[in-house]
Amino acid sequence: MSAGISDVDRRTRGFKASLMRLRAAFIKELIQLRRDRITFAMMIMIPLLQLTLFGYAINTSPRHLPTAVLVQDDSAFARSFLAAMRATDYFDISTSAASEEDLDRLILSGKVLFGVQIPAHFGRDLMRGERPALLVVADAADPTATGSAIAALQGLSAQVFSRELTGPAANLAPRPLPYELRVHQRYNPAGETRLNIVPGLMGLILTLTMLIFTALSVTREIERGTMESLLAMPIRPVEIMLGKIAPYLLVGGVQMTIILVAARLLFGIPVIGSLWLLVGLTLLFILANLSIGYTFSTIAQNQLQAMQMSFFFFLPNILLSGFMFPFKGMPGWAQAIGEILPLTHYLRIVRGIMLKGATFFDLQTDVLALAVFTMFAMGVAVARFRQTLD
Amino acid sequence: MTVDVASSRPIAAEPEIVIDVEGLTKSFGGRPVVKNLSMQVRRGLIYGFLGPNGSGKTTTIRMLCGLLTPDSGHGTCLGYDILTQSAVIKRHVGYMTQKFSLYADLSIRENLEFVARVYNLADPRKAARDAIRRLGLENRAEQLAGELSGGWKQRLALGACILPEPQLLLLDEPTAGVDPKARRDFWDEIHALAHDGMTVLVSTHYMDEAERCHEIAYIAYGELLTQGTVDEVIANAHLATYTVTGPDLAGLAERLKSLDGVDMVAPFGMALHVSGRDSERLDAATNELREQGPQHWAPGEATLEDVFIDLMSRSKDNFG
Repeated sequence: MSAGISDVDRRTRGFKASLMRLRAAFIKELIQLRRDRITFAMMIMIPLLQLTLFGYAINTSPRHLPTAVLVQDDSAFARSFLAAMRATDYFDISTSAASEEDLDRLILSGKVLFGVQIPAHFGRDLMRGERPALLVVADAADPTATGSAIAALQGLSAQVFSRELTGPAANLAPRPLPYELRVHQRYNPAGETRLNIVPGLMGLILTLTMLIFTALSVTREIERGTMESLLAMPIRPVEIMLGKIAPYLLVGGVQMTIILVAARLLFGIPVIGSLWLLVGLTLLFILANLSIGYTFSTIAQNQLQAMQMSFFFFLPNILLSGFMFPFKGMPGWAQAIGEILPLTHYLRIVRGIMLKGATFFDLQTDVLALAVFTMFAMGVAVARFRQTLD
Repeated sequence: MTVDVASSRPIAAEPEIVIDVEGLTKSFGGRPVVKNLSMQVRRGLIYGFLGPNGSGKTTTIRMLCGLLTPDSGHGTCLGYDILTQSAVIKRHVGYMTQKFSLYADLSIRENLEFVARVYNLADPRKAARDAIRRLGLENRAEQLAGELSGGWKQRLALGACILPEPQLLLLDEPTAGVDPKARRDFWDEIHALAHDGMTVLVSTHYMDEAERCHEIAYIAYGELLTQGTVDEVIANAHLATYTVTGPDLAGLAERLKSLDGVDMVAPFGMALHVSGRDSERLDAATNELREQGPQHWAPGEATLEDVFIDLMSRSKDNFG
């Protein structure tokens, strides 16, 4: 009845046999994935929800900030200054303060972010050439919230009174600079946050979902008791690993498609560079995260530990990759940590291709870094994979 | 599937001794679980592996199929070194774990096809289909394995184990928690497999199952205490036994337990088994009670259970 020993050995040796075992693990994993309806639904919903939520919500250059005014001078200058502030769109003059104390309280309580005080006799003193002070108090506790508004304010004050300062007062009007400063805001001329945030979100969403999927894959088998049988079968660690990772590469591809389509339709973000280069490199990034998640899975003792490891890894990815804060603004050591995170390199790739039209040649260092990560993580995972129950 | 190439080749190509290990030792966290275990299992036999819970049966089985590395000791399984060739051994061994370890969220067919692919069977779908027919599960092929009852789960697990036609089957307490009818069917199946040339090592703590094995080994506290056929094991124990019937057996049992020369007293239904390792000392100790009655004393045969309980209490004396 049973086949001879040497027959079986012949049948199970070689690359084709190995590929078949890999396929066994792949099919198995795919079926399990399909059966887990909640996980399956989450794979589609997570990218859509997060993209729309964060894409619309995050704004690093906020406008219409609540502003209180304390006007103690009823001159044309005061009115025209306030009108100019409104015209910047950064300030929403919502409250009128009764006194200096009232203005302080409004700022301290967080009801307004800006307080403008136009002192008594401002117009008269200005016409006399006495350079009266005009006080703007900003709640700079959050520099991102007030930074752009303050910058807009400084640009504004130079020309605001040009209409009033005519005739004999013309000599008080500011003179133009002896040179012209030209600033080209390349790739995002309007300085819109979503152009930066949405491609970044693609990296972030893929990191989180891919990491967690594979982080749970090995520990789940251990906890359900199926690992013992699996280990007793003639399937090799690398076959198990690739078979477990491959289905999620498909899932990652689906997520990528959803995000790219949503980025285009909902946020009007174009892909200036090559779409196929972006697709190829995104798949590489997905593979890098899957391998890291799988590595966690081989180290963790249970699913809880695997989740903790994933989140421990996820946090620096958000904070040090350049997703949230400017990468170049971090101290050298933090940039060094950032450089060993796949998301850092992917953000350069995705922003480079989508916004700047970067080519493979421009991105080769980052591509190499992602490839090295993937190989390293897979190497560790195969080495760490416990082939016995010892 | 290749058909029966083995029989067309000289039998010597495959070793007659399927399991041959010596001095296997394994500890977990400094606590020895298997101590200096040696055993030999011949091809085509059903080898029963008996012993109380926690005696090291599972650990031994895991060492045989390469799931655990022994701390010391050496040996071969199917002629391959258990220390260095576990990858090869895995291709020829079917291991049925104590806990159901097929995928609960895969259907019966999907589970079997997975196994068939992992073992590189030529036509996995056909192999799975055939196995389903053999198991009589045609109507349930698409049912999830996790939804099956205990008896069916066990049949399916065995079906999955024998699907790749292994040379050796390692079954770890396969009938725990299975009803008597399913147990009987299961043993019939195992006997049929052995008849076809498969070697089966099966661990159990049911005595009736021990008597269905060709050979048995008894392991307690990590030590293999005896092995051989059931008759050999009973004979080697040299246990003199009386079967006592009559009134107030409970009271008699209490009195007997304190007597020197009586090693084991165990009730068996309406009778009491009284045994001693030294038949002369047993006779001397029980002489008075036998003469005065009112119970009836008859010289009896020690049962396998008598032997095992005696072995266990002896080894407990040594380790306790």
